[in-house]
This record gives sequence, C-alpha cells and structure tokens, in this order.
Amino acid sequence: MQPRVSPVPVPDRPEPVVERPAAPPIGPTGVAYPGARRPDRSRWLDVGGLDLAVYEWGDPDAPVIVLAHGGFDFAGTFDVFAPLLADGGWRCVSFDARGHGSSDHAVLYSWAADLRDIVRVLDEVSPQRPVVLLGHSKGGGVSLDLAHAQPHRLSHLVNLDGLPSRNNWPDLADHDRTKMLHGEITGWLDHRRAVADKQRRPGTRRELAERRRLMNPRMDLAWLEYLVGVGAVEHADGWRWRIDPSLRLGGFGPWRPEWSMQRLPGIGVPFLGVLGLELEVMGWGTLPEDVEPNLPPVAEFHALEGVGHFVHIEQPASIAELVLSFLDRHPVPS
Amino acid sequence: MSPEPVWLRHGKARLALHRLREGHGRPLLLLHGLGERTPGAVPAYVAGWPGPIHGLDLTGHGDSTVPVGGGYTAEILMGDVDAAIAHLGSATVLGRGLGAYLALLIGGARPEAVRGVVLTDGPGLVGGGIRPSSPNIVTVTDATGRSPDPYALAELSRDVRPPDYAVEYVRQTMHGSALEHPIAVCALVRPEWLAAVVAEPGVVVCPLDEALARFATVT
Repeated sequence: MQPRVSPVPVPDRPEPVVERPAAPPIGPTGVAYPGARRPDRSRWLDVGGLDLAVYEWGDPDAPVIVLAHGGFDFAGTFDVFAPLLADGGWRCVSFDARGHGSSDHAVLYSWAADLRDIVRVLDEVSPQRPVVLLGHSKGGGVSLDLAHAQPHRLSHLVNLDGLPSRNNWPDLADHDRTKMLHGEITGWLDHRRAVADKQRRPGTRRELAERRRLMNPRMDLAWLEYLVGVGAVEHADGWRWRIDPSLRLGGFGPWRPEWSMQRLPGIGVPFLGVLGLELEVMGWGTLPEDVEPNLPPVAEFHALEGVGHFVHIEQPASIAELVLSFLDRHPVPS
Repeated sequence: MSPEPVWLRHGKARLALHRLREGHGRPLLLLHGLGERTPGAVPAYVAGWPGPIHGLDLTGHGDSTVPVGGGYTAEILMGDVDAAIAHLGSATVLGRGLGAYLALLIGGARPEAVRGVVLTDGPGLVGGGIRPSSPNIVTVTDATGRSPDPYALAELSRDVRPPDYAVEYVRQTMHGSALEHPIAVCALVRPEWLAAVVAEPGVVVCPLDEALARFATVT
C-alpha cells in the first residue's frame, strides 16, 4: 500500500456545522395534510460509513414491508401511503437513499451503491426472514436487480411505476443523437465543475413547493408544502431542500432501460406491478404492452388511466388497497 | 515528480494533479489504470513528449480522496479528468487501461480542449463487458480509506461498456475536434468497446511513439 500524503488544506468551503439529532427528525412538519402521518420511529443506520435515515410506521412485531423511494424523493413522500399499509397490519420500513432526505451526502452515487444500501437496510431490518419489497420509480428499478442478486431476501415484490423500458431517442438520426448527447454531457460536466460551491437555493415554503411542482406537476401545492417540512430544512435565509446539491436530474451513461425490464420475467416471488399511464417528467413512459409479455409466472399487473408517475401519492387509498389485497391473495409462507 | 501536487476539487473529492515535468507548450496529461496511481517520475515511454507532463490521481487512487461507501462510475471519473482539463486549459491525454476509456470519454466531451487522446493497454481496459451480468452486491468490509479504494477496484472492473456507447464518444470527438485524427489507439488488447472505436473512420492505430509525435506537432 502506498503511504497517503498527509492532508493538505484546500480552499474548500467549510461544511456548515449542523448538530445531528440523535435520530432522524419525525416531528410535526408545521403544515398538516389530510391523511399524512409522520413515522412512529426513526434511527440512523450505518451502511459502510454513511448514515442512512430509517423510518418505521406500524407494529414493530408485524411482518415487514420495505419501501424504496425514487430519485429526488425521500421516505417522507410515503407519509400518506405507508400509514395505510401499517394500519393494514404491516411494519412499514423506509429510508432516505444516500444524498436524499436526511441521509448523509456521499462523494459518489451510483445504481450499484443504491442496491448495496438497500441490502444493508434489509440486513438490519430482517436479517433472517424474507420481506415484502416495494419500490417506486428508481427504487422499483433497483429492486428488480435486488430480486436477482439476493432472491432469498424477498417474499414479494411490488413495483410502482418503476419498470424502465423506453428506448432513448428512438427516431433520431445519428448526428442529432450525437449532438443531444454532447449537450447532456457538457451540461453535466459544467455542473460538476461548479458543484463544490453549490448549495440548494433558499426560499419560502411556498417557493420550494412551487419549484418541486416542476418535477411533480400533478401534485397539489398543499402536499408539496407539507413535503417541504419533511425534506427541507429552515436556515436563516429560508428553507432549503436537504437533497445533495451535487445530484442533478437527467443524465447519461451506458445504462439502457431495457436492461431493467429484462430482470422482470425471472422474478421468482409473487409480483405486483402498477403503471400510471399519464406521462410525466419523472416517469419512464413505459407502456402496458412493454410490460405484459415480460411478467413473471406469479404476477398481477395494473395499468392505471388518469394517474401519473406518483401513483401512491395521487391515489394512496386505492394503491394501498391493491397492495394489501395482493398480499392477502399471496400470503407470506409461515 | 514535484513533491507537492496541485490540488483540484471535483464535487466533494480532492484530486492530486502531479507535475511530473515542467516545460512549455501543451501539456500531456497521464491517466493511470485501475488500481494504479500516477508514477513517481516521467515514464520512459513518454519521455519524448516535448512539453510539460502531468498525472492525475483519480478518485479513490493515489493521493486523491478515497470516498466512503463506493459508488464509482466511469462517468464520474470523467468529471475528475475534466477538473484537470479545466486547470490545464488544454492537453493531450494519454490513458492506461481504465484511463484509456476515460481518455476516450473526455475527448468526446471536451473535444476543443482535448488535443488528441492516446489509448494504451493497462489495468481496467476491458471493464465489465457490453451488457450487465447477473447482478451481485459488492460489499467491502475493510474499506477504511486505504488507496486504492477496494470499491473502485470492484466497481470499475464491472462497469458496462456497450460498443455503441463508446462509438458515440468517437463521433463527438470527430464532430468537435479541430484535429483530423484526434484518437490514437496504441493498445494491443481489444475489448469489444475498443474494437468498435478502432472501426470508426478517423481513428488511428499506431505505436505509442508515433501517436505522441503526431500530437506533439499539432498546435
């Protein structure tokens, strides 16, 4: 091993000193929202040096559902949906992915790292018994990989609008595709050059809610203002989203959506898939005909008209009912 | 090698850019292979370069930051190289192994600032193939900040490199570079991504000394 050079000060912007609470905050958000209930318990979980914020709703002795949120979300986006599952007799466990919500910001982010982090949550939550894993959006896509990497960890897999299948730029001529990709890459590199000094832009609750509405155009402002109280923190100059400022929407890379879809036919546990058919900026645009031929042997699939990407936020009661009735029909083996 | 590197910032990482040789003219930027670090002196195989020579320790390697918890991708390391390009202004980039793949990426992403890329053999040249294998969970229990980061070794030997993705960077290079032949492949080993690169019009296959001589003369 090469000796490491002793640390030399670089002109880094000092990290603001924020005293970490003993557990991730689950107190009142300052704004009520119908049906929203903050978690019953929270704790920090060390996943190989990073602390993730873990939250639970429901009876701690009940069977476990682990909920994995999507990119740019956080566990608090389950504040209406998870209590419905908990009230249905389940111990609902969710967590803020690295860089999201109250979890630590990391130097690096990747699909593989997210996959590893979920496994470490499962290690802690249910080291012996398989659990129900429910993933929304990217959380659903990563869960498909988990179901192949460690199938013994799962009793059921629920996927809420997290089935990537759309091919990128299907109708573009090669030279247009090259120009588009170039714009994405240089835009991302320019962002990376500036990111060391970046902070999330401060604002009022309403301003943050309105900004988030660009990603969540079908969400009502009252819900988004509620989320500010969960996923943002108030500083002297206003509220700022907690999410790591180095994270950026969009992206590029070698990953192909169809690679996720190719995981679907091999799922060996009961599978419930739900698509919201209203196109949204955060969704995949996956069509039912992309999914149906790939469904595994034991599967239920619902493609919902008039619902967007955030199916469990737009229709929490009916999606919770779908999940609970699916679990009733496919009981956990004793 | 100058004892104290120039420290660059890329996000939360601090990167060591080593000055292997001072000089005038366009710099040569060396990118090491997977698990390597910038050599302590100018390697003999680039001694003929007429200008200054620098070497970048990638994230998780050499004297650069070893992050907690892994999460490596070739694209984020391209951002490391971009930080060095931003500092140097313009450079010819020579990569070994993983560094060769990164040289290809940065050449396509910054075709005006990167004046020629040279792709050579070395650790991490092959990557993880052209499509994902069965997923597995890479965990490291003793990654206590040591360099090279075991997560880098594990994750960057599995990163997927589809040939058509690599070709996109060739096309961007050809589209944006002022050089007629901005990519020189000197590697003998030809994983599928590199075979696809070599098959593209304008890519030159030649010995290393010839590649360096070619790029040393362009303005």
